[in-house]
Amino acid sequence: MTMDTARPAPGRTIVGTSPAIEARDLVKTYPKDIRALDGLSFAVPAGTVFALLGPNGAGKSTTVKILTTLAQADSGTAIVAGLDVRAKPAQVRHAIGVVAQRSGADPVATGRENVLLSGRIQGLRGRELARRADELLDRFGLAGAAGRRVRTYSGGMQRRLDVAMGLVHRPTVLFLDEPTAGLDPESRSAMWEEIGRLSAAEGLTILLTTHYLEEADRLASQLAIVDRGRIVAEGTPDELKGELHGDAVHLELAGHPAPEHVLAALAPLAVIREIRVEGNSLSARADEGATAIPSVLAALETADVPVRAATVARPSLDDVYLRYAGRRFAEADQSPAVPALSGGSR
Amino acid sequence: MTSIAVHTTWMTGRQLKAIARQPAYVVIMLIQPVIWLFLFGSLFRKVVDLPGFGASSYLDYLVPGVVIMSALSASMWSGMTVLEEIDRGIMDRFLVLPLHRSAIINASAALQSLVIAVQSVIIVLLGWAGGAHYAGGVPGLIVLIAAAVLIAILFSAFSNTVGMLARQRETIIGINTFLLLPLTFLSTAFMAEALMPHWMRIVANCNPVNWALEAGRSAMSANPDWARVGIQGGGLALLAIATTALSVLMFRAYQKSV
Repeated sequence: MTMDTARPAPGRTIVGTSPAIEARDLVKTYPKDIRALDGLSFAVPAGTVFALLGPNGAGKSTTVKILTTLAQADSGTAIVAGLDVRAKPAQVRHAIGVVAQRSGADPVATGRENVLLSGRIQGLRGRELARRADELLDRFGLAGAAGRRVRTYSGGMQRRLDVAMGLVHRPTVLFLDEPTAGLDPESRSAMWEEIGRLSAAEGLTILLTTHYLEEADRLASQLAIVDRGRIVAEGTPDELKGELHGDAVHLELAGHPAPEHVLAALAPLAVIREIRVEGNSLSARADEGATAIPSVLAALETADVPVRAATVARPSLDDVYLRYAGRRFAEADQSPAVPALSGGSR
Repeated sequence: MTSIAVHTTWMTGRQLKAIARQPAYVVIMLIQPVIWLFLFGSLFRKVVDLPGFGASSYLDYLVPGVVIMSALSASMWSGMTVLEEIDRGIMDRFLVLPLHRSAIINASAALQSLVIAVQSVIIVLLGWAGGAHYAGGVPGLIVLIAAAVLIAILFSAFSNTVGMLARQRETIIGINTFLLLPLTFLSTAFMAEALMPHWMRIVANCNPVNWALEAGRSAMSANPDWARVGIQGGGLALLAIATTALSVLMFRAYQKSV
């Protein structure tokens, strides 16, 4: 229950080339031997948008909780804005802005009161605080609703208020934990635009967690795929997609043929590789998807495996995920590696 | 660095504002004691005639009872607020801000103390308007209100502990429903000690609600036994400190569990 007295000046930028966020070998175990993080490491260069991408329960939120001083890692180090989160939590809290998965705004207070209280706790006072609060409320399209209780806000408005609250003290690092989860498509694209603007105009370092592939693809300059508490792949979205040579070929099979039978039928074909069969869905890679399809269909027909539909696509992050995590994103999302505990998400 | 006191003021002010914006809550909090006062006042009016009761007016006797019972029944729901703030993520948001951790716990105690002090003053004034006599004068009333505030701190801290430990509304509701009436009726809130069965007197002597009542009544009498008031008030204060310490421990455990 102690507080450090020194704190970085608001608006300070990270000098030099040291990363704004650095996580090294983070391990976190929750009661009942649930291993949320299993040696997770990554670094975020200052001024960039970095996404942690993974299904529910992969360990993204736990990572954010450790980096924002809310939770403590069992082992490993975390440096945020040049400060060790374990040694100097109070200073870290001044340097960062946090938008957690659950809103966190007081529903009985007005939007403006919420922003003011956050700013006050961050050390802003008087006219400077009032001006900053109004500026943010205006910028996030909440000027008209500023005097209304947050309880009356729509999901999108609440989310924008959360971001305004996180930015009030001009942090150098902003954490956005699932910023668009539960938003309707319109609010989501509005939020994406705002996040894009933030990173461009303010030189903020943003760490974003998401389980929307397109969100990471669109916003992040760097991303890391998290699965079962570890980083399984890291790079720019294009690098990651580029590692998958060729097109993705997806087939929907009629019925549930035995995977060995299907694989045996396709084995002689040179035009496709990395074939996976799960239930009635088959995925593979091909250098030239469009020319590979006819021979694939012919081979399957010979083997008496009827095909219901075939698609060819340029590689997506979903394919990247499949490659590194060994399963389709949607499946991993439905059966999280770590069961959700009551009272909050991990 | 801003002091703990300033942070506590902000956090208390936030919750006071929330209460002020729920007029239904305020109205119920004020109407309930009035109902107790006049319901029990009429129902039990004749008990003072029982030999050995030891008071001449039941209303005089009843006012401290209603003050302490209302303090108890209002403060034991404090854990619901804590629970709601945990569930909504409000707690975690405060924890990632450079806020003194102790301000969160302090604010809960400060809020309860303020609310219960105001509620107690109102009950005392209503009683006075209804014809109650306060022989001990202002010092006696101050002791009564202080005892009500200690009860509020004690039971709100207890409720907060239960809330953070069980993380379930139902547990708080169950424990409160179970405790409110026994704690109230196993005390001299509505019935003089002399008329209680022997075993009940022993239980009442271990009941902090009774300590608050005895301290308040004694101080409000024409000839207060200040030594006894001191012992009972001191015991109450120690217990309040103990439950507060417990709630701080639970709060730390919560922070570890996040």
